[in-house]
Amino acid sequence: MSNNKTSDNNDFGFETLAIHAGAAPDAETGARSTPIYQTTSYVFDDVDQAASLFNLQSFGFIYSRLTNPTVAVLEQRIAALEGGRGAVACSSGHAAQQLTFFTLMEPGDEFIAATNLYGGSITQFGQSFKKFGWHCHFVDPVDPENFRRALTPKCKAIFIESLANPGGVIVDIEAVAVVAKEAGIPLIVDNTMATPYLCSPFDWGADIIVHSMTKFLGGHGNSMGGVVVESGNFDWAQNDKFPGMTQPSESYHGLVFYETFGDFGFTMKARAEGLRDLGPALSPFNAFQIITGTETLPLRMDRHIANARTVAEFLDNHAKVDWVSYAGLKTSPFYDLGKKYLPKGPGSVFTFGVKGGFDAGVKLVEACELFSHLANIGDTRSLIIHPASTTHRQLTEEQLRASGSGPEVIRLSIGLETVDDIIRDLDQALAAT
Amino acid sequence: MSNLSYTDGKLRTILNDCKTIAVVGASANWKRPSFFAMKYLQGKGYRIIPVNPGQAGKKILGETCYANLKDIPEPVDMVDIFRNSNDAYGVTEDAIEIGAKVVWMQLAIINEAAAEMAQNAGLEVVMDRCPKIEYSRLFGELGWSGINTGVISSKRRKVGRK
Repeated sequence: MSNNKTSDNNDFGFETLAIHAGAAPDAETGARSTPIYQTTSYVFDDVDQAASLFNLQSFGFIYSRLTNPTVAVLEQRIAALEGGRGAVACSSGHAAQQLTFFTLMEPGDEFIAATNLYGGSITQFGQSFKKFGWHCHFVDPVDPENFRRALTPKCKAIFIESLANPGGVIVDIEAVAVVAKEAGIPLIVDNTMATPYLCSPFDWGADIIVHSMTKFLGGHGNSMGGVVVESGNFDWAQNDKFPGMTQPSESYHGLVFYETFGDFGFTMKARAEGLRDLGPALSPFNAFQIITGTETLPLRMDRHIANARTVAEFLDNHAKVDWVSYAGLKTSPFYDLGKKYLPKGPGSVFTFGVKGGFDAGVKLVEACELFSHLANIGDTRSLIIHPASTTHRQLTEEQLRASGSGPEVIRLSIGLETVDDIIRDLDQALAAT
Repeated sequence: MSNLSYTDGKLRTILNDCKTIAVVGASANWKRPSFFAMKYLQGKGYRIIPVNPGQAGKKILGETCYANLKDIPEPVDMVDIFRNSNDAYGVTEDAIEIGAKVVWMQLAIINEAAAEMAQNAGLEVVMDRCPKIEYSRLFGELGWSGINTGVISSKRRKVGRK
């Protein structure tokens, strides 16, 4: 299959795409902002038209569990920003991961994931996925060859985060992509912490990108959402590993997704089977909020990075701070990879180690007055959390260390407030430890 | 994988100018992609003429099916090829002979020699694309399924119409 991005328009810049991609004035009313199509269902013209829609023989709307006009604008927007062929939005980042593996895997299949992942992903992959008969091998991503060593004949994918949450680890995407390509399996990259503005995983060989849009894409801490983006470059027929793409689908009258839809077959299958049967549809209202968020993504990310850099330098020189793990600091072992994969800057979420361990960490988060103590990242507001006592508390001591969330670790998501105020709050909270 | 690239302008012109499309390798089975594509394009107002020796003389989607392009008793604007890449050469020879203006090869069908022959004869050529998908991409419906259409416009327009 060829790359079908054949538009006359594909030379638009990122900022233009962030505002316009996927959206057009409403055909009936001329409404310029994307309307919220708050409806469950859509009338059919006649029985024949309904049959065509149900059979995936034409494109259109049946039921908002599958497609919705507001959600579709967001899907196109994110696909365009990532330089992908198509996207499926869903109710959360976790749902995006569930949807991705549900589309790729059969019971008994395996995949390889980095140990440095969001703690919730480690639990989802390591525990809940067992109920689907899927097995995840976790490897240290710092050496890309670890992925090759863990390959088995049943492995169907490699999963990494472009910028790991919370460890500040940057994975050598291009090197891992080579391992995946040689194995004939897709590389899946969670690009949540970086956003497409900072990192373009498809340019480095990734095949599928997932996001929690709850974070920087929405950007205002008000709406959950997830999305799966397909590059359109993966050849599903190169081996017999992906019968779901290359063999007739029993639930669609023998339709073969790759044959019928070509380079967006994965997106169609994830929607037609995954959204249909797992049910994690994104609400149109949330889609509207996230659409609005994406329009200012470049502006917000520039400020997030500028603030994060200043705060990281402040902490790096603070007497009560043991270490700072921010790839934007020259002392970071990931500084060079950061320059390569995130040239504008390595995001605004990072960790540091407070002197005094677990107890000091608890005191610090409780002493903050401007930082919000909560389990999210990528908000306009500055956020703080002590992973060992919250997001990562389901993990064992060994897993905590491996994921970069030891007892002394504090995670910050630097917001868009006046940077002097952010620093003053951290300074007074550190004084309380 | 091919690196074929066609501008939106070229594809829009083809889809606007062609009225009659002969579909070579047309299936009578409603579950097959060629049937999908014919039904969709027929719904958009194109005259579809199915070509398939196994169905010659029978009707598909209300249209008489012919054994080959040369049997079609009326002018054809576009020949849409649902055959493998090797077979596309012979079909292209026939398309030139009957005076078609466009040869369009479906997804994963690429025959460079056929393309060169057709272009030298003055025909437009599109390979490794589906006219149904390109129609729905350019005129709005494909985006409803979250596909990146690459189209940006501040104009108000009817979706799914040329």
